Amino acid sequence: MSALIKLHVALALVGAVVTAAAAQEEHQHHEHHSDERTQSERAHIPPDPPQHPMGDMSEEEMAEMMDMDDTAPFGMVAFDQLEWRDTDGGDALFWDGRAWFGNDYDKALLKTEGERFDGDYEGSAELLWDHVISRWWSLQGGVAHDFGEGPSRTWAAFGVQGLAPYWFEVEALAYVGEEGRTAANFSAEYEMFLTQRWILQPKVELQLYGKDDPANGIASGFSDAELGLRLRYEIRREFAPYLGVVWSRKFGDTADLAREHGDDTDEFQIVAGLRAWF
Amino acid sequence: MSSMIQSPRARRPQLSRRSFLQAAGAGLFVLGANRGADVWAQSQTQTVLTGSHFDLQIGEAPFNFTGHKRIGTVVNGQIPGPLLRWREGDTVTLRVSNRLAARSSIHWHGMILPADMDGVPGLSFAGIPSGGEYLYRFKVNQHGTYWYHAHSRFQEQTGLYGPIVIERRGGERFPTERDYVVMLSDWTDLDPERIFSVLKKHSDYYNFGRRTAGDFFADVRKNGLSRTLADRRMWGEMRMNPTDMLDVSGYAYTSLMNGVTPTGNWTGLFSRGEKVRLRFINGSSMSFFDVRIPGLKLTVVATDGVDVEPVSVDEFRIGAAETYDVIVEPKDDRAYTIFAQAMDRSGYARGTLAPSLGLEAEIPPLDPRPLLTMTDMGHGGHESSSATPMEHSQMDHGQMDHSQMNHAPANPHAGHGAGAPSTTLEHPPTEQTPLLDMQVNRPNTGLDDPGVGLRNNGRRVLTYADLHTIGGPIDRRQPGREIQLHLTGHMERFVWSFNGQKFSEAKPLKFQLGERLRITLVNDSMMTHPIHLHGMWSELEDASGNFQVRKHTVNVQPAQKLSYAVTADALGRWAYHCHLLYHMEAGMFREVHVEPADGMADHSGHGDHS
Repeated sequence: MSALIKLHVALALVGAVVTAAAAQEEHQHHEHHSDERTQSERAHIPPDPPQHPMGDMSEEEMAEMMDMDDTAPFGMVAFDQLEWRDTDGGDALFWDGRAWFGNDYDKALLKTEGERFDGDYEGSAELLWDHVISRWWSLQGGVAHDFGEGPSRTWAAFGVQGLAPYWFEVEALAYVGEEGRTAANFSAEYEMFLTQRWILQPKVELQLYGKDDPANGIASGFSDAELGLRLRYEIRREFAPYLGVVWSRKFGDTADLAREHGDDTDEFQIVAGLRAWF
Repeated sequence: MSSMIQSPRARRPQLSRRSFLQAAGAGLFVLGANRGADVWAQSQTQTVLTGSHFDLQIGEAPFNFTGHKRIGTVVNGQIPGPLLRWREGDTVTLRVSNRLAARSSIHWHGMILPADMDGVPGLSFAGIPSGGEYLYRFKVNQHGTYWYHAHSRFQEQTGLYGPIVIERRGGERFPTERDYVVMLSDWTDLDPERIFSVLKKHSDYYNFGRRTAGDFFADVRKNGLSRTLADRRMWGEMRMNPTDMLDVSGYAYTSLMNGVTPTGNWTGLFSRGEKVRLRFINGSSMSFFDVRIPGLKLTVVATDGVDVEPVSVDEFRIGAAETYDVIVEPKDDRAYTIFAQAMDRSGYARGTLAPSLGLEAEIPPLDPRPLLTMTDMGHGGHESSSATPMEHSQMDHGQMDHSQMNHAPANPHAGHGAGAPSTTLEHPPTEQTPLLDMQVNRPNTGLDDPGVGLRNNGRRVLTYADLHTIGGPIDRRQPGREIQLHLTGHMERFVWSFNGQKFSEAKPLKFQLGERLRITLVNDSMMTHPIHLHGMWSELEDASGNFQVRKHTVNVQPAQKLSYAVTADALGRWAYHCHLLYHMEAGMFREVHVEPADGMADHSGHGDHS
């Protein structure tokens, strides 16, 4: 045993000693040691060359044969919000969801957000291409369509989506529509783990317009903001009911338009809903 | 009791009484039936196959590990597959037939054999088609503990793995009275395709150990507000999570020991005073285990099939695909618990060593969940002692020049002497990809860090610095060149790669037949990766280039830089990959092509597939 300890020390001290020490140890175990080769060198036998080597094949063929394809696409459907809202005018249903399909670099993305109130639908649907451009950010571009009581508007959309420092999920999109209309939308959300399954999610959303659109109750400038705070319980990660509060407010001339209509310019709502994805 | 201990509300079903009885019965049967020096003890039908001709059938069979019936992928009807016992010097023939609907394969992990016998579809052979068979035949020129597993999609995850024990010619170097295989694995009731797609969409899905608001207040009480805020700010800035230890946790996994759940309690018998050899094999797809037997010292005598100078420890970490042979000498007539907790402490595998059946010892509580530290992110202050001052001074100069590393004909750092691994760090230009979330500029170069969750735990924990192969390296030549490879990935997007390139984006690494070269791995990620080179040994060196230990699978810790020498004496095309199955599938895979030196005919096909 003490020989082994000595050997240990030797090994730790100088690399060059390794082979010598091993050979020395070899002396103790075996009689014949014709050269300086280590015990391992003598024992090791390289394999024969393959008799039936694999030939060339395309990347696709190889992926199929290996059953391993790191370019394979995935898809996801997610409803971040699918909720009932207690508005001043009565019950409303609200949704915010997305579906995507694609690989690590590029995804086709469908986003939709809206409200059903009094039998009428108002909201937007966007069909975007998402291309990853940096560690945490991707570019998005495509078309958006707003629908509702007033005339529908179609826009070209362009922006970024990603994860900002401190784990803020951020989305910022600019829109260019017909007749010189422009708009911008910004949203940020955060997830606070109260426990492993109780999660508090603050979210802020801001809306700007570049041009008046009175038929839709919109005036140029910073038009409205929404602050939400939702507490969900993840029964499963992909299935989480929640309760929350939402405070929304219209600003500037958009607020004036609302007042002219007899609508509130700010509202506080209790919400209850389901967050689900698959 | 359920084996999964991770969140108070873990919804893992309790083991039903029925499955408990099944599992308990399994242990009984085997122990009653095998009382020899070599016992392969586990489920009812578990068998040991010996000789030189083997018939193996890959198929499907129903299993119930958790109270739910599931279909597993089996060899000869079993999970794990039968123990194959070979003898050094024999030529073995294995006729493997595939009764699955899908293509299948078996890879003999750690075996030195011709490339067409290695069992990797697309590189070694075409795979075994559904209903077909393949005849493996090779000479066994090594001894020790190995294992076999599927190399096709997720078949390993669903059960296609089994142990190999090769008897040493002339008898064991460290003879024992008892000899058991202890094969650890991670069973899931979930469809692995589902696990993979979930990781792609929501990479922290299985992490139920995240830091909560409660942890924040506890940290404020313990460390003060400013330190706690600084800590949260640091992780927040990086957008990294210090609790990201294992991608798939006990939420999805039930850890098995020899195919038996913790409740089933696999048991190995001993008589007081006997020496017992335990051949630990980590046959799991995604789990690292920290193994100990409270009350017993573990004398490590081999790793990855290769004998090492005996070293006595309390605990060791075993990465996916590694093997460790340990000898224990129980002095008392009592039961001892073999406890293998998952690295993220979300579950454990458990068995018992006992003088008679039915005995069990206390099961220790899981250790607290560890947190990654700045050490694990390569932000200095590390505990390893072997980093040279020179390294730091060089590192501080920031960006090094980006020379081609993969195809460099010779060591570009000849000034350091071929005897030692280069001390410079070069991030390859291919790391400029959005599919990478961190780079390490001050890696830890010591081998003496037991790793996250094992530091200063009051137990003597094995490190790679403790391992010294008996008999030296297989090749005393100094490496003629060095290939630096960075282990890279993006946690959030669940993309894994070498040098920022997924398998589909990379060309094969070319080795010249007969050359001795050095591979330096730099872990630019916060996960530990067990890296496995097929066909050739990985001869691990310390930071000065001294030979340490010969292995087939080398764990690289977060922010660690280590080197091993390889003798490219195996002609053909070989797989080189992270042995975390979902990392491999996500792109952490390379082809290594060993080509004849210039002027010689190439009998091994052409490796470029891109």
